[in-house]
Amino acid sequence: MINPLLKVEDLTLHFPQSQGFLQPKRLLRAVDGVSFSIQPGETLGLVGESGCGKSSLGKALLNLHRPTSGRVLFRGENIAGLSDREKRPLRRKMQIIFQDPSESLNSRHTVGTIIEEPLIIHRLGDHRSRQARVNELLDMVGLPASAADKYPHEFSGGQRQRIGIARAIALKPELLVCDEAVSALDVSVQAQILNLLLDIQQELSLSMLFISHDISVVQHMSDRIAVMYLGRLLEVAGASSVTGKPRHPYTRALMDSVPKIGSSPVERAPLSGDLPSPMAIPTGCRFAARCPHRTELCTREEPALIADPNTAHQTACHHWREIIATTASAV
Amino acid sequence: MTDSSPLLSVEQLHVAIRNDHGISRDMVSGVSFTVAAGETLGLVGESGCGKSLTAMSILGLLPRPQAGISGGQVRYRGEDLAGASRQRLRTLRSAEIAVIFQDPMTALNPVHTIGRQVEEVLRLHFPGLKAGDRRQRVLTLLEDVGIPAAAERVNAYPHQLSGGMRQRVMIAIALAGEPKLLIADEPTTALDVTIQAQIISLLISLQQQRGMGMLFITHDLALVAQLADRIAVMYAGKIVEQQPAEQLFASPRHPYTKGLLAALPAAAEQPKTRLAAMTGQVPGIDQMPTGCRFANRCPHADDLCLNTDPALESFTDGAAVACHHWKKLND
Ligand SMILES: Nc1ncnc2c1ncn2[C@@H]1O[C@H](COP(=O)(O)OP(=O)(O)OP(=O)(O)O)[C@@H](O)[C@H]1O
Ligand SMILES: Nc1ncnc2c1ncn2[C@@H]1O[C@H](COP(=O)(O)OP(=O)(O)O)[C@@H](O)[C@H]1O
Ligand code: SF4
Ligand code: SF4
Ligand SMILES: [Mg+2]
Ligand SMILES: [Mg+2]
Repeated sequence: MINPLLKVEDLTLHFPQSQGFLQPKRLLRAVDGVSFSIQPGETLGLVGESGCGKSSLGKALLNLHRPTSGRVLFRGENIAGLSDREKRPLRRKMQIIFQDPSESLNSRHTVGTIIEEPLIIHRLGDHRSRQARVNELLDMVGLPASAADKYPHEFSGGQRQRIGIARAIALKPELLVCDEAVSALDVSVQAQILNLLLDIQQELSLSMLFISHDISVVQHMSDRIAVMYLGRLLEVAGASSVTGKPRHPYTRALMDSVPKIGSSPVERAPLSGDLPSPMAIPTGCRFAARCPHRTELCTREEPALIADPNTAHQTACHHWREIIATTASAV
Repeated sequence: MTDSSPLLSVEQLHVAIRNDHGISRDMVSGVSFTVAAGETLGLVGESGCGKSLTAMSILGLLPRPQAGISGGQVRYRGEDLAGASRQRLRTLRSAEIAVIFQDPMTALNPVHTIGRQVEEVLRLHFPGLKAGDRRQRVLTLLEDVGIPAAAERVNAYPHQLSGGMRQRVMIAIALAGEPKLLIADEPTTALDVTIQAQIISLLISLQQQRGMGMLFITHDLALVAQLADRIAVMYAGKIVEQQPAEQLFASPRHPYTKGLLAALPAAAEQPKTRLAAMTGQVPGIDQMPTGCRFANRCPHADDLCLNTDPALESFTDGAAVACHHWKKLND
């Protein structure tokens, strides 16, 4: 077995919430004990409902939020909680792109400056070699060299995402976190950007953590998929297993909720209610309040994420075997 | 059951937009469609195609002075709405036609509880209803749209609810008056698929119970496949194709429709392979081509396409297509 590029162990990210004068602080447990790994060149997809902690997890990996506890091993070295100075060499190797690139693109700088900036920060090359690199990057993301002299607002959403990608790959990272990177784009432009990401992944042998609420996009981009719920992973397995043969009751409901061309409309919504508050996480299984299969055991004991020894399919449910045997999923 | 005389009929609608330089141009250009009682027409297309402008013009909700109807007719049960007084439109809006937009915050009143806002609609429509019964109806409606613990939430203010819950309150308000026609513009775009499935199944069941007509606007082809009887595809301010829903997905005729369907990740044969992305993007109002508006992105464009705008031609199988070459391309 190859060593993973990234190995995350029992990572937590808690936000203290002040509730007013003299009130005890409550904890919002955005990421609450997450473990997984990503192999070189692999894409791990991350799905789950809004607020379940996907972005928080992505930011904790890159130390954009300092993790509360746990370890983030990059090529075997723990980088969780390093100071900005200490983590600088590693930040070259890990980059993130967001949904709205204009937020991360300084509107007063030209596109050329924006793409060159990481090279300057990391003191790479002289002015001339950096210019050459900027041109090369623009070409890689499918923008003309003339784009360097323009400003971000002169570009469409899809082109701005190309600029964001050029900047993110300027330092030849080994891991790219894509947080809803194509979610704001229309179908036709989204396909262009997904193609670009696939090309770049091949060219640079990039590993990716691909976060999106759009399950068909994640399915297309990922080797494996992790399903998150209230700060934890409930299921992790190969992409086609998670979308086609899910085991966890939550994953099954989630997959059944995805509209598909050619399938009949939902008669009854597969799942009722909302995600509970991450400030009041229930004891036992986190999904129990919405699970039609819960038993007394479920509300008492939290199921661990356990790998099937034969397939490495990981599931966190006390009863998935019985449930699979007795219920048909519409997937 | 669908009544044959249309509830809503839009004929050759033009909507003009005034740009920053004060020049007016038709953004929506000659759009025609009908919606019968008990029927759902899906209006699909990428953002900026003019779907929302079309929806807003039906009830006189276009933002003035930038936008206005510049031609054509909108009829509700035969009555001309394009020329109707504001007073008349307001009456219709509260009595017969309901609208749901993507952003619920703009439509909810921030200073009133959600219970009161739903009750207000009931008071207007069912003046005979006793206060106790009315409050019971409010609860039933909130439960119908999937608000968990509705009894505790009737006294909440909009800002105290999640985005998904606010959207469901909007839908409860829209449905409270038992409208004959519902215009829903991207009503679930901001929601998780799990919540979306709840709302879609609710809309379908209400429609079956009450025979409500529905104009459902979305950019999501898989979603519209779930609930539309007929689908109209819009591109750059025009309807380029219209077909019964199943027929559209089985045999799309317009190159744009084909391109959209092919670009979906779900259409890919293999995961992690390049998608069939269309080149370019939807033209802005200042770059509208003179001939076929899709010509600069169409792989089949020739001189005829560049010079002459194809008319929307109707066929006996319920299809309509606006393309000079579709027949030749389908052979
Ligand atoms: N900086 C912060 N301070 C306090 N709470 C936060 C912060 N960032 C996120 N949270 C909370 O942590 C939880 C998880 O948020 P996160 O943004 O990670 O969710 P997500 O899965 O990315 O959701 P979405 O799909 O909407 O992007 C939420 O309850 C959120 O309100
Ligand atoms: N109030 C407005 N002022 C100026 N332009 C507008 C206004 N509303 C819409 N437009 C323009 O009209 C076009 C169609 O918009 P819209 O109907 O909102 O598209 P869709 O709903 O299909 O995404 C877009 O190019 C948009 O920028
Ligand atoms: S552990 Fe119990 S409550 Fe949780 S998902 Fe499994 S069956 Fe449902
Ligand atoms: S008219 Fe010509 S350019 Fe337009 S869609 Fe048809 S083939 Fe393409
Ligand atoms: Mg997020
Ligand atoms: Mg719109």
